[in-house]
Amino acid sequence: MASLWEYANPRKFIATSDRVLPWVGTMAVFCLVVGLVWGFFFTPEDYRQGASVKIIYLHVPAALMAINAWLMMLVASLVWIVRRHHVSALAARAAAPVGAVMTIIALATGALWGQPIWGTWWVWDPRLTSFLILLLFYLGYIALWAAIENDDTAADLTSVLCLVGSVFALLSRYAVLFWNQGLHQGASLSLDKKENVDNVFYLPLLVCIAGFVLLFVALVLLRTQTEIRARRMRALLARERMG
Amino acid sequence: MKAILIRDLRLAMRAGGGFGLGLAFFLIVVVLVPFAVGPRADLHSVIASGILWLGALLACLLSLDRIFALDHEDGSLDLLATAPLPLEALVSLKALAHWLTTGLPLVLAAPFLAVLLNLPVAGYAPLLISLALGTPALSVIGTFGAALTVGVKRGGLLMSLLVLPLYVPTLIFGAEAARRGAEGLEYAPPLAMLAGITCGTIALLPFASAAVVRVNLR
Amino acid sequence: MPELGKYAVAVLSSYGISVALLTVLCALSVMRARRMRRDLAQIEGRVRRNG
Repeated sequence: MASLWEYANPRKFIATSDRVLPWVGTMAVFCLVVGLVWGFFFTPEDYRQGASVKIIYLHVPAALMAINAWLMMLVASLVWIVRRHHVSALAARAAAPVGAVMTIIALATGALWGQPIWGTWWVWDPRLTSFLILLLFYLGYIALWAAIENDDTAADLTSVLCLVGSVFALLSRYAVLFWNQGLHQGASLSLDKKENVDNVFYLPLLVCIAGFVLLFVALVLLRTQTEIRARRMRALLARERMG
Repeated sequence: MKAILIRDLRLAMRAGGGFGLGLAFFLIVVVLVPFAVGPRADLHSVIASGILWLGALLACLLSLDRIFALDHEDGSLDLLATAPLPLEALVSLKALAHWLTTGLPLVLAAPFLAVLLNLPVAGYAPLLISLALGTPALSVIGTFGAALTVGVKRGGLLMSLLVLPLYVPTLIFGAEAARRGAEGLEYAPPLAMLAGITCGTIALLPFASAAVVRVNLR
Repeated sequence: MPELGKYAVAVLSSYGISVALLTVLCALSVMRARRMRRDLAQIEGRVRRNG
């Protein structure tokens, strides 16, 4: 039986992801277009928030992916530390900028939504503050990757940073909660059906979330391929110089 | 172990070792704040505890790159790493030396600088206790950051970017305890959380720092 | 075009910023992927000829 670890082979990873990528990419664009058009043109206004509720179709999926991208990097870092598969370390590297962009989108749409509804662009609310701190962690992680020349050293250092950073990000989350109770509403989605937003908003939101997830997967696959090629190119060039 | 600690302390005390620079930086930050926010004494007494915490944190940050950089440059870090002393103990010692030369003086200087910022009388004890409890965590976390960037040339700015987000929980609880104290509120809960963070980092982070030093020396 | 009322600026700029950011991210990723693919093919070809 084919094991998941087969994809740790860079050649196999590139071959498979090449086959999968067009499908995932097309699906992602399809879901995003359907979800966003549906949300923007064909949903009613909320009775309290008016038309500003349409921002939810960007804000919630982006925030979700901002956190999930970090979790994916955490898992990939652990796999690198335990099993030393290069593809895993490079996938974590590839995911970081995508996660950072998702965080920026979540922060920007949140600020734009907060201006008319809360009357301010920014409050030091626990959720907002946590996301800002998450963005700082992304930036530090990306900067560390960029600063170190040796690939394996960089992979080791960034994975330790990712592990330690995860613990501190979680600590910050609760510290911030202790520091200031916020304005932000509770979760918009939960498995407990009663707490969910209304169905009219729920379905297009689900499509948008699917779109964001697929887009993330497609981007990470593509960027991981690029990182693998970049790494191989550096190795070839180094060998050329030697010989 | 004692020998390494004494050696580190002596290196720091020597001219150019950076001892006192952190203190001077702390003083300057506190002197600059009134120029930035205006000469209103009532405003100063409100923000005093926060400014002192922030100043101490930045002064700590400033001296972090000295923890490993000098030893790395002259190769003594390689020698220390191959010594029978476990690397975990070495990084703990380094953090302790950093705290003794930077954190402790900052804690002792804080009450005098608090006078400049018009801190309410009730705020002195919580400020001192929270700084005394919190600065060891700053040193230990900083040692981790310094270990991460030891192989990077001119890594000071990168290290700030890596370390500052890690300082967030310590700063929140420390400054919160000092602020509540200054306002005459109950300050035990944030202080307990701060102590928890300090103990946790002292116990666990040296393992991460040692792992990172090992990678950097490979 | 739906009636957005007083939230038009907020909603439109949210969509604008998000779509722009995502497009830039995708474009950069795709461009770098193409360049890397081409460069690697070139170098591999050279190495095969010489080696």
